[in-house]
Amino acid sequence: MSKTRVILVGNGPVGHKFLESIIESGKSSEYEMTVFGEEPRAAYDRVQLTKWFETRDAKDLNMVDEGFYESNSITSYLSDKICKIDRMRKIVISASGLEVPYDKLILATGSFPFVPPVPGHDRDNCFVYRTIEDLEAITAAAEKSTIGAVVGGGLLGLEAAKALMDLGLKTHVVEFAPRLMAVQVDEGGGEILRAKIEELGVGVHTEKNTRNIGDGDTCFHKMSFADGSELETDILVFSAGIRPQDALARECGIGIGARGGISINNHCLTSDEDVYAIGECALWSNRIYGLIAPGNEMARVAAEHITGKGELEFDGYDMSTKLKLMGVDVASIGDAHGNTPDSKAYTFIDEPNEIYKKIVVSGDGKQLLGSVLIGDADDYSNLLQITLNNIELPEHPDSLILPGYAGGGSALGVDALPETAMICSCNNVTKGDLVCAVQDGAQTVAELKSCTKAATTCGGCTALVGQVLNAELEKLGVEVNTDICEHFPYTRQDIYNLVRVGQIKSFEELLEKHGTGQGCEICKPLAGSVLASCWNDYILEDQHTQLQDTNDRFLANMQKDGSYSIVPRMPGGEVTADGLIAVGQVAKKYNLYTKITGGQRVDLFGAQQHQLPQIWQELIAAGFESGHAYGKSLRTVKSCVGSSWCRYGVQDSIGKAIDIENRYKGLRSPHKLKMAVSGCTRECAEAQSKDVGIIATEHGWNMYVCGNGGMKPRHADLFASDLDDETLQKYIDRFFMFYIRSADRLQRTATWMDNLEGGLKYLQDVIINDSLGICEDLEAQMQQVIDSYQCEWKTTVEDPEKTKRFRTFVNSEQGDNNVVFVAEREQIRPATENEKSELIAKSA
Amino acid sequence: MSWETICKLDDIAPNTGAAALVNGVQIAIFRAGEQLYAISNHCPFSGANVLARGILADINGDICVASPLYKQHFSLLTGQCHEDESVKVDCYEVRLKGKEIELQTSELKAA
Repeated sequence: MSKTRVILVGNGPVGHKFLESIIESGKSSEYEMTVFGEEPRAAYDRVQLTKWFETRDAKDLNMVDEGFYESNSITSYLSDKICKIDRMRKIVISASGLEVPYDKLILATGSFPFVPPVPGHDRDNCFVYRTIEDLEAITAAAEKSTIGAVVGGGLLGLEAAKALMDLGLKTHVVEFAPRLMAVQVDEGGGEILRAKIEELGVGVHTEKNTRNIGDGDTCFHKMSFADGSELETDILVFSAGIRPQDALARECGIGIGARGGISINNHCLTSDEDVYAIGECALWSNRIYGLIAPGNEMARVAAEHITGKGELEFDGYDMSTKLKLMGVDVASIGDAHGNTPDSKAYTFIDEPNEIYKKIVVSGDGKQLLGSVLIGDADDYSNLLQITLNNIELPEHPDSLILPGYAGGGSALGVDALPETAMICSCNNVTKGDLVCAVQDGAQTVAELKSCTKAATTCGGCTALVGQVLNAELEKLGVEVNTDICEHFPYTRQDIYNLVRVGQIKSFEELLEKHGTGQGCEICKPLAGSVLASCWNDYILEDQHTQLQDTNDRFLANMQKDGSYSIVPRMPGGEVTADGLIAVGQVAKKYNLYTKITGGQRVDLFGAQQHQLPQIWQELIAAGFESGHAYGKSLRTVKSCVGSSWCRYGVQDSIGKAIDIENRYKGLRSPHKLKMAVSGCTRECAEAQSKDVGIIATEHGWNMYVCGNGGMKPRHADLFASDLDDETLQKYIDRFFMFYIRSADRLQRTATWMDNLEGGLKYLQDVIINDSLGICEDLEAQMQQVIDSYQCEWKTTVEDPEKTKRFRTFVNSEQGDNNVVFVAEREQIRPATENEKSELIAKSA
Repeated sequence: MSWETICKLDDIAPNTGAAALVNGVQIAIFRAGEQLYAISNHCPFSGANVLARGILADINGDICVASPLYKQHFSLLTGQCHEDESVKVDCYEVRLKGKEIELQTSELKAA
């Protein structure tokens, strides 16, 4: 059977979602797929366009995995625009002259920015805000400019204004309507929004009808408005709305709406039964949907119509939004303007704190129709669920938006939500999906995120996901017991606070004051780690020895046969020839197996307990320190050679790695900590797989957080950009200490962040903006740990009493004769049981 | 009954264990508060001689050691493994005489 030829016109996010949906159907082998894009690159995340400024690297927005087209047998043409559809012959014709036949054609051509036809709109230094190329052009022009203006005070216009501001320009927003975000926000909300944005230093000019753009006196442009006023600016960015890119369809006679847009039915089919339209170019029920979620839904519907039975239908989409614009929370739900006949509104305005909240309710006061929230959008998910699920309102609907101290805060219990309630609209996850996942065994928010994808895009529903989880666990009779063990009815965070606030210095004291029984292998190492994080005593003091886990107890890593491996610290992975020779001599003398670790150092295997102090005495004499490979603590700071050697390096990554490793060495934490420093964006040190990764930029350092390798690899998230040395150090100090304070036992940074309500944004707020007011304290605490650092091995070998405790037998100088090695590849390895019996038989 | 002096009490850090070699047999001796216990040092799960290096754990009132390799619990009173009923390690008599720890050696088979 010959394959169905599917051609996709437009390689944007929605087009890409269509390809993914075809592949997810499992039937992609029945289709011969071709995609045309007019841009020079494959689909990238246009919703996050502004993020490009963080790294100025288009790769960071890329949505197409490497090898995606090849492994799915999709033919892709970039920089080649389809300029004609011949519906008679069923072919498309590209700008480069390609003629390709189709059986099914998908139009995902998107939209183009509307530029008002004002005289002068086509002057130099006039831009739109749509593609990476636009951003590159704006950035280049900004270098020679001091003032920038955005025409359009809608959602995208404010994003563009933020970008101009971040480029260092004095920024103005010019809006035709009487307020900002006129579509989503009412008058009262608009005023608060305006005040907040003006506070940031942005000029807001509303009710301005631009009549002419000409040469300026002090700047490049002068804008003249209908009311006679003028504004001078060097750069102009038009962001006055979008228009559907429907020319292709229009020219070949496919049905178009009166005001543009390719008309589609519930299956996203156009007036031609072999042609679909999806995303911003499509017009459904006389409406254009300029958001990503409905575009993705259309992509899923069209793909299902082609591969399946046409069971999915596009049935309109809720356009409620919640976002942070220039740091201001803005949310709009449903009928925000109260256009429904007989509707009534409740409004709460807090001028000192610049908060505005409004709800629109039906005439009988029973249904919530819409809402506007400015300055505080915490009520968003609650209000959205009430609106979408037609849940009957409480007797006093205003309690939904009043502050708690005024009798408000009566959030709706998740139990009231039907199974069909959409919890995460970014990823199409309903309450029912979450409930199923919990019944299948998910027990934490992090697990729910990974198995349902809920809360993994915008994160706005994280709190709600948590509530569904807790409610469901309770129903299942799963007691959500966060006690660390039978001896302490507390979480790790509680223990940390008890130790710190109560100045508790030993496990006995902790047990006496807050615990029961004698402790166990769960609470003892936990207490040991917390005590070390707080007071940083020598961990083999008599009262602490009993707390140390297997490896900490003998400051080495126990292997399967009870022998140990040893890792001397090599900060940044740098080691001198003499250092290497010394390590080699020790290895040779004690017949140790040597291997290079993933953290750029050398691991020496096969030492018995009683040999450890002797071996360390020699390593210390050669200038080495403990590498803490045995601890839940900072392991290594990996580095590339950076600007010292590499022709691409832009900063001294080795120097930075060594400084950092020396700063945080010995820091005890809830789990191991790994770091890396790369000298340029080529990222040879793989910093994005570390708890904290640092990548050099031309202007400083980009800081990434919460990555890890291992069983569930996770890329780190960009936390802050272009930091100077001092700020970088502050942020790392605060980040680590905040993690140590608030993480669970054995919880790595990635899971920790996933479980924090608000995730990365919350973390940035705490650490960059000091939203909890604890940063000074975090830094001071880190300094205390750093100042009290000691090499545990040096302390140990200098104390004969401590060294004595390393004897393999307390009553004999012998070693363990059960530790037996055989030779392999010219080194030792532990003998297998069979090999051991053979050796014993031989010697007998 | 023959008791053999093994070491001083101070040779074992409070609430930890230490291994002793007696007639070729490896014994794990533990100092739990005021009490002394002795069991085999051999962990039947890993086949390694490591029990003396485990953390002492109070599991519902039973004083145990958690094997440092795979964390199974062995009762210090009976040698019984908590995770697997069919596994039990040998126990020995041990006492404090003055400042010295003594082990009852008459039951020990020479290895």
